[in-house]
Amino acid sequence: MSKRFLAAALLLTVSFAPAYAAKTSLVVGMPIEPPGLDPTIAAPVAIREVTWANLYEGLVRIDRNGKVQPLLAKSWEVSPDGLTYTFKLQDGVKFHDGTTFDSADVKFAFDRARDPKSTNAQKQIFAPIESIETPDPQTVVIKLKHPSGNFLTYLGWGDAVIVAPETAATNASNPVGTGPFTFKSWTRGDRVELTKNPDYWQKDKVQLENVTFRFISDAQAQVAALKAGDVDAFPNLGAPELFAEFQKDPRFKAVAGNTEGETVAGMNNAKKPFDDVRVRRALMHAIDRKALIEGAYSGFGQPIGSFFSPNHPAFVDTTDVIPYDPEKAKALLKEAGYGDGLSISIKAPQMAYASRSAELISAMLSEVGVDLQIIPTEFPAKWIEEVFKNKNYDVTIVSHTEPLDIDIFARDNYYFNYQNPKFKELMAEIARTTDEKERHAKYAEAQKILAEDVPALFLFQLPKLGVWNAKLEGLWENSPVPANDITEVRWTE
Amino acid sequence: MLRLVISRLVSLVVTLIFVSLAIFLILEVLPGDPAAIMLGTAAREDTLAALRQELGLDRPALVRYVAWIVGILQGDLGTSITYKMPVSTLVAERMAVTLPLSLLAILISTALALPLGVAAAARRDGAVDRGVLVFSQLGVAVPNFWIGLLFILFFSTWLGWFPAGGFPGWDAGFWPALQALLLPAVALALPQAAVLTRVTRSATLEVIGADFVRTARAKGVDKSATLRRHVVPNALIPVTTILGLQLSFFFGGAILVENVFNLPGLGRLAYQALNQRDLVVIKDIVLIFSGIVIVVNFLVDIGYALLDPRLRSRA
Repeated sequence: MSKRFLAAALLLTVSFAPAYAAKTSLVVGMPIEPPGLDPTIAAPVAIREVTWANLYEGLVRIDRNGKVQPLLAKSWEVSPDGLTYTFKLQDGVKFHDGTTFDSADVKFAFDRARDPKSTNAQKQIFAPIESIETPDPQTVVIKLKHPSGNFLTYLGWGDAVIVAPETAATNASNPVGTGPFTFKSWTRGDRVELTKNPDYWQKDKVQLENVTFRFISDAQAQVAALKAGDVDAFPNLGAPELFAEFQKDPRFKAVAGNTEGETVAGMNNAKKPFDDVRVRRALMHAIDRKALIEGAYSGFGQPIGSFFSPNHPAFVDTTDVIPYDPEKAKALLKEAGYGDGLSISIKAPQMAYASRSAELISAMLSEVGVDLQIIPTEFPAKWIEEVFKNKNYDVTIVSHTEPLDIDIFARDNYYFNYQNPKFKELMAEIARTTDEKERHAKYAEAQKILAEDVPALFLFQLPKLGVWNAKLEGLWENSPVPANDITEVRWTE
Repeated sequence: MLRLVISRLVSLVVTLIFVSLAIFLILEVLPGDPAAIMLGTAAREDTLAALRQELGLDRPALVRYVAWIVGILQGDLGTSITYKMPVSTLVAERMAVTLPLSLLAILISTALALPLGVAAAARRDGAVDRGVLVFSQLGVAVPNFWIGLLFILFFSTWLGWFPAGGFPGWDAGFWPALQALLLPAVALALPQAAVLTRVTRSATLEVIGADFVRTARAKGVDKSATLRRHVVPNALIPVTTILGLQLSFFFGGAILVENVFNLPGLGRLAYQALNQRDLVVIKDIVLIFSGIVIVVNFLVDIGYALLDPRLRSRA
């Protein structure tokens, strides 16, 4: 009996041991564990959310407002024809293994990314590169075959971070970069631990000593971990229905920002009846975006009328181009020859936002005489196979999380099967336009074309529901690139 | 006895071969290209082809199957597509969670079920029996992951006695690790304990009604000694069968419970690997799971022979 009592007492002492975290450590929760820690060889967002700006740095970075800022390149010059980029590199930068960073590493990293054997997920970033020259250790000259308007922005992405030749091959399991934190350990299935880089070139900016990323997939478990204090911050909470509770709780700061994820119900534009713009417009008119967001995401998330992130300075609100108007929807359907009704299907992935949206869309469409059958489709595996690759679908729904990806509507053989020569030409022009103002004006035009032509039903921007301890500051409210940049995160007391 | 062991061993090996073939074929027809999942929707066709070649996915199916089996026989489980590390290391890390979790759950389940079942049978329709019936009805009806969620709400969020999930690792010390496993183990154990209680109760009742028990009582052996010496050992045989079968439920249930409690165990690894179509990892884990179940059933068969001397001569 006494032994049992002792065991119980021990258990209790352990559990009551207070969790006084030293104020230089931080635990960040993430819904998905990254598969590997090298953003230059795979696409998943989770890789960037651990490594980008924390472990690895690029020549430039994207800041919290979506603007390009100098990073490993302290300055650059672009030739008037937009074909030659000359970067001046920071002095005194070292990789985590102690080797010095210089222009040869930049050349190595970009040559590796554009190699035929490379598995870089955004290889098109590097496609325009003609040559990379390194006249001295602090200078890199990149010559392009043709102008690439967003070249600098792209260089700020995770796909273009600088890696060292000595360590590149093993970065997926033992990442070595130039960032403010170094890799300590990875307990697979549970956590990645980082520690402060003692030789960081901007040491003064960094306050935290230890950072842990914990992977908690279940939305209820995420909430429980935050409330129990096991996790200090969840920058992307998976439980929108419980988010409002955090907004009322003074212990937490709860911020609903924007991700880069445009949630759209893509249509098979090559297939009847979606080849008829009147049908596509009718379906768009039938959707009450506000009610949809209320039901699918507890009211969080900005309605969108086109395919562009509100985080980007060139964003224009196009939600009034084809507003909610069921009568007009019915009229358009009648005009297109579907006055007696229309029967179509939607392949909906299992993510809560997608399956809930599909149900709501189905209900809204039934109001205008369209019968929408829901076909659950496992994401990513089955969805990529059936919808993305084989284009065997009517309507589908998914959030497109890559930044600045409006050009997917100009891609041949993309799953929308959308063909619009005018839009394609505009995208090509944007790629050639190096003047920012001019480029932004063209982006605005492109957004309007899509809003009117409705190749996909434009629904809402996937919100970034961030919850963190009220005493923390410096976390991003929006994510113009997928990231959990913790460089300047600090505890206020 | 030896002949029994040998014949069971042969069927064990044959079953394993068929299982490995089935696993491989099912994964062959399962839609999903691991390369496309790793590289996302922006990747170009040549990049996908480069990754498929790197992963060896461009080889014919037969070559891949043979390579898999030969690798396993040499102790090489291959390299994970997503984690880019040896599967054997991954599995070993995860076993350190799932094995203690399952053993703890079996322990809890048996420790609850045997005394409850025997006690209920000893006084049929008594208060204990009624209580046990209610418990076992509830236990069978309520799924383990839901019990897990309730436990988290009550013990972690409300009372703060236990962590809300996650696993500190055995390096963090025996108690913190055990503490992280206790709630999930109970959640995993309760539904199985309910089943086991019912089986124990009915098996005990059946033996109590047997002629030899009546004879023993008539000869003047007192009730508790009859129960201890004659009833329970005989009732253990069907109970062992169920326990052997339940082992697969413990591993299957671990997938759900590990997800709810966010434990980095084999079940969660299997779930993640399936989502990511990490074919190398799925194949190995399913083979390991089925291997464990097959081996345990082999041991249960041998166990019968030990528990029941009649079976030894029959084989």
